[in-house]
Amino acid sequence: MLKVGVITFPGSNCDDDAIDTLKNIGGFEVENLWHKDTPDLSSFSLIVLPGGFSYGDYLRCGAMAACSPIMEKVKTFASHGGFVIGICNGFQILCEAGLLPGALAKNLSLNFICRDVTLKITHDNTPWTCEIKSLEELTLPIAHGEGRFVIDEEGYQDLVKHQQIVMTYKNNPNGSLYDIAGICNKTKNVLGLMPHPERATELRTRDGLKIWSSLKTHLEKKV
Amino acid sequence: MTTLLTDMTISNLELAKLMGLSNLEYQHVCKNLERAPNHAELGIFAAMFSEHCSYKSSKPLFKRFPMTGKRVLQGPGENAGILDIGNGWAVAFKMESHNHPSFIEPYQGAATGVGGILRDIFTMGARPIASMNALCFGTLDFERTPAIVKGVVKGVGDYGNCVGVPTVAGQTLFHSCYNRNPLVNAFTMGILKTDEIYRGYAKGIGNIVVYVGAKTGRDGVHGATMSSKEFSTEKELERPTVQVGDPFTEKLLMEATLEAMRAGVIIGIQDMGAAGITSSSFEMAHRAKTGLEIDLDNIPTREAGMSAYELLLSESQERMLLVTTPENVASLKRIYEKWDLHAEEIGIVVLGNRVKMMKQGELVVDLPVELVTEPLMADRPSSAPLDLKQRWFLDRNRMLVASLGSKFQCLMEELNFSSPEKLVSQFDSMVGNRTVGQTFDDAAVLRIREIKDKEIRLAIKVDCNPRISWLWPREGGRRAVAECAINLAVRGAEPMGITDCLNFGSPENPEVMWQFSESIEGISEICDLLKIPVVSGNVSFYNETDGKPIYPTPMIGMVGIIEDSLPLPKSNFYSTQLEFALIGPPEGGLGGSLMASSWFKRECGQPEETNLALLERMLKFLPRLRKRKMAYSAHDISDGGLVCALLEMAFHSPFDCLGMDLNIPQGIDSDRFLFGETISRVIVAYDSVERGDIENTASQAGVMFTLLGQTDDTGLFKIKQGGTEVLSSQILELKSAWNQRWNNFFK
Repeated sequence: MLKVGVITFPGSNCDDDAIDTLKNIGGFEVENLWHKDTPDLSSFSLIVLPGGFSYGDYLRCGAMAACSPIMEKVKTFASHGGFVIGICNGFQILCEAGLLPGALAKNLSLNFICRDVTLKITHDNTPWTCEIKSLEELTLPIAHGEGRFVIDEEGYQDLVKHQQIVMTYKNNPNGSLYDIAGICNKTKNVLGLMPHPERATELRTRDGLKIWSSLKTHLEKKV
Repeated sequence: MTTLLTDMTISNLELAKLMGLSNLEYQHVCKNLERAPNHAELGIFAAMFSEHCSYKSSKPLFKRFPMTGKRVLQGPGENAGILDIGNGWAVAFKMESHNHPSFIEPYQGAATGVGGILRDIFTMGARPIASMNALCFGTLDFERTPAIVKGVVKGVGDYGNCVGVPTVAGQTLFHSCYNRNPLVNAFTMGILKTDEIYRGYAKGIGNIVVYVGAKTGRDGVHGATMSSKEFSTEKELERPTVQVGDPFTEKLLMEATLEAMRAGVIIGIQDMGAAGITSSSFEMAHRAKTGLEIDLDNIPTREAGMSAYELLLSESQERMLLVTTPENVASLKRIYEKWDLHAEEIGIVVLGNRVKMMKQGELVVDLPVELVTEPLMADRPSSAPLDLKQRWFLDRNRMLVASLGSKFQCLMEELNFSSPEKLVSQFDSMVGNRTVGQTFDDAAVLRIREIKDKEIRLAIKVDCNPRISWLWPREGGRRAVAECAINLAVRGAEPMGITDCLNFGSPENPEVMWQFSESIEGISEICDLLKIPVVSGNVSFYNETDGKPIYPTPMIGMVGIIEDSLPLPKSNFYSTQLEFALIGPPEGGLGGSLMASSWFKRECGQPEETNLALLERMLKFLPRLRKRKMAYSAHDISDGGLVCALLEMAFHSPFDCLGMDLNIPQGIDSDRFLFGETISRVIVAYDSVERGDIENTASQAGVMFTLLGQTDDTGLFKIKQGGTEVLSSQILELKSAWNQRWNNFFK
């Protein structure tokens, strides 16, 4: 069975949700990892940086967690092609850790926003979207105060050039540049997104499943 | 106030009075101590004898509440009440007010209110899984209202969102009586195993008293006594007594504490809430019938040079007091250190009944536990207001001569009929992945994924109608409980128990005491009928400014259970081809209705009394409807009557083109039909082929069925009487106004 590691940082609060979803719905074997530990990650197929408020979002969202001991291991894992997904606060941590370009700033409204949003999948040629058609619309919940993706023009052109923009908002809720909701790295093994696919597998929409099962299909093919 | 304490020129009695102790209370203390208390001890008595901590005006009346039942594992008197939900699991819940701090500093006041109630829940060993809030604000003619609303909502959201407990439901209302006294009532529910309940007991002679969590600062010193005073307009800026919240520390404290409980290294535990380390230490000793010796020098502090008085009465947030065995101290410390928190040994459990506290080698507190924890009860006179009958006069003629259109329009401009979306969307309502359904449903439903072999879902709802309570407090009490029960039943849940948060004016005012005891009677009548207990609660008195009390606001939080896996009904018009009917009495009461208040610009009329027999039948009918397994919608009729309930179902419809045709039945009082508010009136929407079956189910249950009309795709709300159209309005236009009415608060 494919093994997934879900990291708990101090202040993570979607770690249990990710563990529950991946184990009971996703059909993965799941291990909870502690941010202060530095385990060998080579046996894992996927590392999840869950949502929440690591270090209370004090200083800057994700900035402190990006310096946690386990992050050195995650960087090595990713550089060897290991799959890493950062959801919400996890996305912020990935940006702060330099695994993804750009940054996430306060929502334009300055308010926290929790609701379902419609997303457009831009590319179906990533391991995360291989079972989703390009331009297909997914409905996933968002819940964040600082999800406005920002990047300089050069960086944006780079994202476009390497087909790194994975999903965009249909009705931009937070003022993200170019409606960006989720991006991956150039080698497409690291994904960061503000919406919560782990919350959309049973109770509300089931569209989150499409992301997990895309990745699972891709990983199983690799094995 | 701190400067006064060091002023040694005033006598001890004067000081006691300044701190809020009565002459009688001071004499009682001196007589039993056989000496005068010192400054620090006076502070302890003042805090513990305050209304907020002692419940001295309210406790004698609580005997009326039903507090037992087959599910009750913990009734009132602990940090939270606990009910058995079967399969080895239980639910802990409580509601608490944070009214006074939220007026002084809305953001921190509301945030720390959420923090306090979360700690009450995880202190019992439960993992918090859902929160609700009841917010009562002033009106727009009071200039501070928008800032208060904005601050409170952000405070509630920032705290709950960060800790990761979803805010799933709530009630928000506006009335000028809350202008200078907003209410912030926070409810939290958690789940735990029935054999892993923790309580606030300082048990076991020789066991160690440990302090965990944030350091102690000077914030909130004397918060409990502040909450036991009225505000006056001149003294609005009592900022130093407001606590500051740190949700991140709370999250760590919660995870560490639950981990320590699972590891079995905690004997007893209590949150340091109002009156901080004073109340937690004395109450834990009181419950276990033990004594404590505490060294105040070991308390971790944020600032140097804090006096014993300040250490004892600080209400710094995110702190807990716990008791463990000497052998387990090391493992306990290790767990807290893993979460970057400190656990400090500050004392020991001893034989006897005294709490002694040392500072710099000197004995600064030496008091018998009972003298502190068993304050004199206050004997408050109570009398009904003389003008009650005048309040009950409703000028029906003035309504009858007005056109339906003008009355409808009046309601459509009502601040209390507005979309809460801008407020609700600031709360994470889904974290935890348990929330079933939508935030606009009649009650929130959460799945309990810990129970594997059976599908168990819990439903929660918070409710109170202060308009009714002011006009007729007993009926107000009844309605708050009955309304919660109907809302739960609409979603398919069976009520299990309640917690209350009783917000009133000054108990020294005989009319307020009358309102209070009448409300308790009303609450108890419905709890008796439904056979559900009151398992926890909170009283907030002195909600008045310049001698003007708020409307009596007995807020009720109810928890119910769904023990099957049938789908839940919707609460909106999910299709443009539905038929809809009214279940229950066709007419509702206008006395105390939102319509009457809007129209006459004041509360008036005699509220219609809740029909207990009908309520019982309705609570039997609603679950039967679900067992039919056909798709349908159900929505309770409350504020604004049938018209507002139908519009809510339309506004939440996924179809912009949705229209509805409503027929006023023959020979009916159309005002009472359209705008009346009486318990046990529910709208049901279904596919028309289902009508016969639903009608039969209703008749078997003994509740009336009245066909109302159909939905369509015209986008119009049309009301017809005797075949003639009496009103036609664009639903999207109404919706847009409904969506924007709170824009003043949330830009």
